[in-house]
Amino acid sequence: MKISLQACSGRHPAARSGAASAIDSLSLEIGHGEQVAIIGPSGAGKTSLLHLVACAMRPDSGVVLLDGQNPWALPKSGLQALRKHLFLAPQTPPLPPRQRVVTAVLAGRLPRMGLLTSLRSLFYPVDISAAHAALQRYDLADKLFERVDRLSGGERQRVGLARGLVSGAELILVDEPLSALDPTRASQAMQTLTQGARDQGATLVTTLHQVDMALKHFPRIIGLRDGRLAFDLPACDVTQAVLEQLYAQHLDELSGPAPERPMVIDTAAPVPMNCR
Amino acid sequence: MQTMIAQPNSLAQVRRDPAWWGRVFWMLATAVLLWPLLVATEFRPWLLWDAENLKPTLNFLKDMVPPKVDAGFLRMVAAETWRTVAIATSGLAMAWLIAVPIALLSLRTLSVSALAGRMDALPFVLRQFVRLVAIVLRSVPELIWALVFVRVVGLGPTAGVLAIALTYGGMLGKVYADIIESGDGHVTQNLLRNGAGRLQALFYGALPQNAAELASYTVYRWECAIRSSAVLGFVGAGGLGQQLDSSMKMFAGGEVSTMLLVFVALVWMADKFSAWLRSVLA
Repeated sequence: MKISLQACSGRHPAARSGAASAIDSLSLEIGHGEQVAIIGPSGAGKTSLLHLVACAMRPDSGVVLLDGQNPWALPKSGLQALRKHLFLAPQTPPLPPRQRVVTAVLAGRLPRMGLLTSLRSLFYPVDISAAHAALQRYDLADKLFERVDRLSGGERQRVGLARGLVSGAELILVDEPLSALDPTRASQAMQTLTQGARDQGATLVTTLHQVDMALKHFPRIIGLRDGRLAFDLPACDVTQAVLEQLYAQHLDELSGPAPERPMVIDTAAPVPMNCR
Repeated sequence: MQTMIAQPNSLAQVRRDPAWWGRVFWMLATAVLLWPLLVATEFRPWLLWDAENLKPTLNFLKDMVPPKVDAGFLRMVAAETWRTVAIATSGLAMAWLIAVPIALLSLRTLSVSALAGRMDALPFVLRQFVRLVAIVLRSVPELIWALVFVRVVGLGPTAGVLAIALTYGGMLGKVYADIIESGDGHVTQNLLRNGAGRLQALFYGALPQNAAELASYTVYRWECAIRSSAVLGFVGAGGLGQQLDSSMKMFAGGEVSTMLLVFVALVWMADKFSAWLRSVLA
C-alpha cells in the first residue's frame, strides 16, 4: 500500500484545544512494499504519526492518502473496509488475559473472516496451522494453546506481532515492537517482522526506540522531532552527527552509536537502496 | 531548567497536603446534607427498644421457633420453591433477552465512529435513546409491573415472570454496558481499528476480558430475582412468596420460618454457584 501525507497536522482527540499539535504539517511519501523505521526522542510524535497513517487519528489539516484514496472522504463503511487492509500493532499488545494464544493470533484474521466463521473459531480454531506457523516464526510454537496471562511480557509482545503475520494486511504499522524484548530476541523479532512483511508484499512502518536496530534492519529511516520531519534518509546516510542532532537534549535515549559502516541487509529488499 | 524549580518559603508549607481542606469541607458538607434526610425518614431507632414495641416483636420471633417440618407442609413448600426458582429463572432469561440488545446498542466502546474522535450524531442519539429505554424499564419497580400484569394475565406466576423480565432487563442492560465500558477498551478498539466488525470485537475483545464479572453479576441478579419473587408473591404472582403471605396473615410463625430458611438456602446456593463460575472464568 502506498502512503502519502500532505502537510498533515494532527493531535490526540482528547488533547486540549490550545495544546500544540503532535504532528505539525508533515509531508511524507512511502512507496508500495517499502520498509521504514521512525525514530526520534520521546514525545516526538512517533505514535501519532503511526495513528495518522492507520486512520486511527483524523488529521486537523492536510491530507492522508492511502493508495491515492483519502480515507476521511470515504463513507463510514468505506473507511471500515479500508481498515481491513491495514494492521496496527500498538505498543501494549492488545490481548485479553483470559484468551488462548491461538485465538489471540487468529484474531488478526477477523477482518477477513465472516461473523459466523469467527464465532465457529471460538469453539474450534479455524486455522490452527496458520497460527502455529506464525508463532513458530517468533519461536513461540509451544505456547499455541496456553492462555495469554501465562505468558511473559516479551512473549505477549511477540504474540501481538505474530497476529500481523496471519492478518494478510497490505500495510503493517507497528509501534515500538521491541520494548519488552532482550537484544537477541529483539534482533530475531525484527528479522521475522521485516521478512514477514516482504513475504506478504506489505508496506511496513515501525516506530523504534532502538536506533541500532532501526539502522540494521530498515533501508529507510525517518527522524521525527517535535512533530516535524527532522530527516528522511537511507539508513546508510544516517550518521552519528545526524543522530546527535535528532536526540539533542535527549542523548540518554540514543541507545547505541551508529554503526561505522552501513550494514548490508542480507535479504533482498524490494526497495532499491539509493545510497552511493 | 533552574527557573522551573519552585522555591518554597519553608519546609512546612511543602509538607502540607493540598487536598486536606477539600476533604474537611466535603465531610462537613455531607453531614449537613444528611441531617434533613434523617429528619425526613423519621430516623428514631431507639423506638425499637421501647417496652411496648418490644413485646409484639418478641412474640413474633417466639412463634417462629420451631420451624414447621411436617411432611405434607414440606411437600407443599418444595413444590412452591420449585415454582419460585422457575419464576426467577424464566424471568431472568427473558430479562437477558431484553438486556443484551440494550447493552450492545448502548456500548460506546463498540462504536466505529468514535474510533477517531467524537461519535457521530446519529449513533449518539441512538445510544442515548437506548439508555433512556433501560432507565424507564428499571425505574418502574417490579412490584408495580406485577400489579399491572396481574390485572392483564390474571393471578399466577406469569405476572411475576413478566414483571421480573422488564425491570431486570433494564438493570442487566445498563450494568452489562457499564461493566464492559469500565473494562480496558484497548483490545476492542484495536480490533475495530484493524477492520474487525463490532460483534467480532465483542466476542474476541470485550467478552473474554469481562466474562467473569458479567457472569457473576448475572448470577447475583438471579439471586435478587428469587428474593423479588417472594415480594411479588404477596401481590398474587405465585410461588413461595404467596404462601409466605398467607402464613403471615394467619400468624403461623413456624411456617414463616421454614420458608425463610428455604430462601437462605437458595441464596447460599446462588452464592456458591457464582463463586465457582468466577473461579472457572477468571
